[in-house]
Amino acid sequence: MEWTSYLAPLSQGAWVTAQLTVYSTILGGLCAFLFGLGKLSHNPFLKGFSVAYIEIFRGTSLLVQLFWIYFALPIMGQAIGLDLRFPPVVAGVVALALNIGAYGAEVVRGAVQAVPQEQYEAATALNFTGRKRLWRITLPQAIPEMMPTFGNLAVQNLKDTALVSLISLGDMAFRAEQIRNFTQDSVTVYTLVLFMYFGMALVVTACMKLLERYVGRWRAAGR
Amino acid sequence: MFFGIEWDTSSQWAFAVSIFPILLHGLVITLEATVVGFFIALVLGLVLAALKSAPTRFIRWPAKLVTEFIRDTPLLIQLFFLFYVLPEFGLTLPAFLTGALALGVQYSAYTSEVYRAGLEAVAKGQGEAARALNLASSRTFTHVTLPQAIPRIIPALGNYLVSIMKDVPVLSVVTVLEMLGVAKIIGDRTGGYLIPLSMVGGLYLVMTIIASFGVRYLDTHLPKRGLSLK
Amino acid sequence: MNDATETHDPIIKFDKVVKRFGDHVVLDELDFEVQRGEKVTIIGPSGSGKSTVLRILMTLEPINDGVVYVGGQPLWHQWRGDELIPASEQHLRQMRSHMGMVFQQFNLFPHMTVLRNLTEAPVQVLGINKAEAKKRGMELLEMVGLTDQADKYPHQLSGGQQQRVGIARALAMRPKVMLFDEPTSALDPELVGEVLNVIRTLADEHDLTMLLVTHEMHFARQVSDRICFFDQGRIKEQGKPEDIFTAPKEERTKAFLKAVLDPDD
Repeated sequence: MEWTSYLAPLSQGAWVTAQLTVYSTILGGLCAFLFGLGKLSHNPFLKGFSVAYIEIFRGTSLLVQLFWIYFALPIMGQAIGLDLRFPPVVAGVVALALNIGAYGAEVVRGAVQAVPQEQYEAATALNFTGRKRLWRITLPQAIPEMMPTFGNLAVQNLKDTALVSLISLGDMAFRAEQIRNFTQDSVTVYTLVLFMYFGMALVVTACMKLLERYVGRWRAAGR
Repeated sequence: MFFGIEWDTSSQWAFAVSIFPILLHGLVITLEATVVGFFIALVLGLVLAALKSAPTRFIRWPAKLVTEFIRDTPLLIQLFFLFYVLPEFGLTLPAFLTGALALGVQYSAYTSEVYRAGLEAVAKGQGEAARALNLASSRTFTHVTLPQAIPRIIPALGNYLVSIMKDVPVLSVVTVLEMLGVAKIIGDRTGGYLIPLSMVGGLYLVMTIIASFGVRYLDTHLPKRGLSLK
Repeated sequence: MNDATETHDPIIKFDKVVKRFGDHVVLDELDFEVQRGEKVTIIGPSGSGKSTVLRILMTLEPINDGVVYVGGQPLWHQWRGDELIPASEQHLRQMRSHMGMVFQQFNLFPHMTVLRNLTEAPVQVLGINKAEAKKRGMELLEMVGLTDQADKYPHQLSGGQQQRVGIARALAMRPKVMLFDEPTSALDPELVGEVLNVIRTLADEHDLTMLLVTHEMHFARQVSDRICFFDQGRIKEQGKPEDIFTAPKEERTKAFLKAVLDPDD
């Protein structure tokens, strides 16, 4: 069957997809914490900026964001004298990270606010500074709550990487379309690609479940 | 010239104003695709949910597998699949319908989960009570379970409606002339992407805000304890 | 105002303190003093402001008017020359270090073992080295009778055990004043005794200043130097336990004690 010959280029694309997923998910996670905590801050600038970021990146389409960063930002850069032309891989990772970060920020915010007020008071009574209280008391209790949703967001991010093929980045979706163009064998190629994405999604889910269990190990103690 | 409207490149502002009606044409297509896609998702989701609650596991398990498969694969690939593969089976749909179908399929995986979760939440508490009172099970469903499930699932479905709207731009790859597709064509032809793309972003923000208010309105105005289905 | 020497100054002094929650006045120009080493129990109906007094001392609630002094220094204010201005965060942290609190709901850190609950604050806040903190932590666990639970997590312990850990955790910071906010109210009856025993030992063997809010009247009688009856944000009556319990002067005190001690009448 011909499909075995598709495996090589598709695997190259799969490697690109995997890297895109990993980089954008990690970067997105950082954004999620930065802006999720930022939204809870008392500093009006940080809070305002975080709210704006979250609303904009959750309220608009990912593809629009991607195209804007890749096509429109350079033009804006010209106007203010900066070279804001990004290669597709940078534009792709940045767009994906900012997008997933906005959804993640709300998860972070919710989980931190769900830590009981009593924990806050116990930490204050013991004279923890605000920063130590956040890092040693609040976040360790909030993070296990975030994990299930983060798992879903990670898979969503994997699916979203397919869109970067539209700015000519050689990921799995791009390779699939290349092969289809060349061979006109749509059914085989796209069926294969669907299964490959499915397989990758299962791997992502498994990794996130392991991570979930790791951060929540204190909950499982003694059971 | 696009949709019969000329744009005016004399100044940035004039450009923006002149392409606004063009973008609105795209917006209409966006909204149409959203509604049709949503409708398909509602129906297909119902089918999937029914299959997933089938009495025999030979139907349940494949249904669950299919749902998971749809949920874990990208919309773009599903779209390409439908777009290129359906004609090979003799079914050549216009691009718009193919796109709406892809949206419907992708989101049916989510709506089926909403149905299942909503019904389960109600059934647990109420089913026992109704069974104790000896109501026939189809009456239980329509008069007790369903009216309580509906207020619960509508906000969740509303949120997916907004998500579908944000996924519509993917359809531009199969030349559906929704907002982003229109903006990109304007950009291709004039070399100026900044204004059209920014306006599309702005329009999306406005629509998302309107939709959020709509969902919140529904949330607060739906009787939490159940709708009368008379 | 009393110009007594340092050792006779009250360690805690509330000077016309007002605390409001919205429109509701919880503490109504409260004047209240506690001497060094004194064991004071506050009793009274719900909403009379008992817990609020403790929470204000632990800097969990600010005050609306008046001044609170701890160890002669203002708590929610600080001196700038001759003026009293609202306290900075730095000042609050400095004052807070004199107090330790035991909460009704224990509030142990669920993501840390029992021992780590005891060592975390000394290490992170006081800068004590880990080995030293662990040693001190085990000593405290021995005092409350829980050395074999050192590596367990709070959810593996009973309520009574958790509260004993809570007491040890507060003591680990070497406070001068220990505040107990209804320490046994959330416990099943059979677990109350083990916690009260620890508190009694603490009261008998140490000259720590202790401020206790509780409904356990018999215990209060055994352990306290003074009982304060709070009603509607003020001290209605206070005195030695025998005086208050056997011969209360005020009507409200009598009514409250009757309702609490002889509810079947």
